[in-house]
Amino acid sequence: MVFRRGLFSRMVTALEQAKKIKVRFGDLVSEPAEFRGEVTLKVADPEKIVEVCRYTKSDLDFNYLVDISSVDNYGDDPRWTVVYHLRGLMHGCELRLQTDVSEEKSELPSVISVWNTANWHEREIYDMMGIRFRGHPDLRRILMWEGYPYFPLRKDFPLAGKPSELPGVAFTKPAPLEGGPFVTVAGGGDATNREPRVRNPEE
Amino acid sequence: MATVQNLEIRDSAARAAQAAEELQDVQGDRMVLNMGPSHPATHGVLRIVLELDGEIITKADPDVGYLHRGDEKIAENMTYTQFIPYTDRLDYLAPLANNVAYALAVEKLLGIEKDLPPRCQYIRVMCAELARISAHLLGLGAFAMDLGAVTVFLLTFTEREKIYNLAESVCGARFTTSYTRIGGLMRDIPPTWLDQCRKFCDEFIPALNEVEVLLTRNRIWVDRVRGLAVISKSDAIDYGLSGPNLRGSGVEWDLRKKQPYLCYQDLDFDVPVGAVGDCYDRYLVRMEEMRQSVHILRQCIEKIPGGAENKAKEPVNVSDGKVVLPPKQKVLTKMEELIHQFMLVTEGVNCPPGEVYFGHENPKGELGFYIYSKGGGTPYRMKIRAPSFVNLSIVPKIFPGCLISDTVAILGSLDFVMGECDR
Repeated sequence: MVFRRGLFSRMVTALEQAKKIKVRFGDLVSEPAEFRGEVTLKVADPEKIVEVCRYTKSDLDFNYLVDISSVDNYGDDPRWTVVYHLRGLMHGCELRLQTDVSEEKSELPSVISVWNTANWHEREIYDMMGIRFRGHPDLRRILMWEGYPYFPLRKDFPLAGKPSELPGVAFTKPAPLEGGPFVTVAGGGDATNREPRVRNPEE
Repeated sequence: MATVQNLEIRDSAARAAQAAEELQDVQGDRMVLNMGPSHPATHGVLRIVLELDGEIITKADPDVGYLHRGDEKIAENMTYTQFIPYTDRLDYLAPLANNVAYALAVEKLLGIEKDLPPRCQYIRVMCAELARISAHLLGLGAFAMDLGAVTVFLLTFTEREKIYNLAESVCGARFTTSYTRIGGLMRDIPPTWLDQCRKFCDEFIPALNEVEVLLTRNRIWVDRVRGLAVISKSDAIDYGLSGPNLRGSGVEWDLRKKQPYLCYQDLDFDVPVGAVGDCYDRYLVRMEEMRQSVHILRQCIEKIPGGAENKAKEPVNVSDGKVVLPPKQKVLTKMEELIHQFMLVTEGVNCPPGEVYFGHENPKGELGFYIYSKGGGTPYRMKIRAPSFVNLSIVPKIFPGCLISDTVAILGSLDFVMGECDR
């Protein structure tokens, strides 16, 4: 390690790094967006995600994959957003890559060949959202049991759960929160429109 | 049993292949052994399917998820404040640190993390460090007990009990603390708390020395853990390890130093790193981290604004009435405070749309919250980056080649907690 205690020897900002990616890939990636000091890049084509990731690792030293998460934009097209959170331990910069995946396809290439830690993250996303990763050596469910029929983090899956062949495990009675009088919804308009109201999850 | 056979194949690759085939015949079939989910050494409900060749492990497949409660789904269905008690149950050995991590993530989304009053920052740091000591003590005690050193377990649990007492006097609960709030704390520390902390620090170091005497140069202990399950620097980074497991492999990465949050940049502490990356190094790193935590605690006790009794009335919450609940007296007498109270309780803190990730240096590693907000009082999506989950993913890599009896040592040195792994 070449840096002093708590300080990096050569300061490179995440924004500079993001611009380098933009120069390298042109229209494939969006202009870097900044929010709360974090830089996000959108990759237009999910099929190219491995290429972009490999470039960030080999040329820009983003050697640490912190996390992969997924968002279900239910009702929008494309439905899935897969989010990669990268970090370079040598320069300390962080970068977020996003890519949209359509519901019909629900598939994108795996980045295991770039970072091994992607293995379990991708299994978790497959388990929770049902997005498949092509080229993953062992794409099984990880948190739910093998043979569970649903993808529980999807927005159309109710909080109370759905019946399965193991009723004692995935219970079917309504949970206390579902449909209660004070359930708020993300993005539910301004303060006057966001008065607490009964929410019907089936809608 | 060794057998000698003469092979008449010229090609060396084919010869090696045939030799391997013959060898397998001698050894017979591999045996599959199921370990867990209810096994004292798996520290919770981890199941590992081990494939054995005699006593040597040839393949290990961890099976997680027995404690899956759907925390991420739950988070989407409640306000930011309502989720705080759920964070207690992530890493249930360090609930105070989880509370701090979660509050900081939401405050980052709100853009108020720089406005936190200094007294609040110091109290949060003290809570996080106490949680670190407590979690490391349990990890160490269980690790040593699994290898037969039961005395260590008793010593560490005596000390943990004192930390529970401290947690109880600060927030009323020993285990499920829920101490932080978005934009501050549940309440200020009681006036005697700093003295209690100082007393704990004074008593803890001799107890830790005693543990050190029992283990660090103990022949049996060193023989069991040294050179075992070496994780190289590059593997540790490639598999995304964090916390003491990453530092045990010699990577100097501590979020408290590299991305300082709260008041960590005003505090002096060292980050211990291992040299080899074996179980012994991970043990040594944890021992030293506890000493550094005590060092941080002592500085906080001296430097905390307002001191023990807070006669200067230093605030512990941000002053924004739309983020933090107003005092009860004002709610009952003032109109505006009543409205703030009602809005905060019914629909929660009004967060802007956007996405943030905040990583906190938890005892087990980097606990991260990725919050995707579409505005309003609930997150649209919240992903919890659990350090134990990521740390366990290296098990299939390091287990092959070890003996069955080493599994408990390796699992103990990885120091995971399933409540957080399965979420």
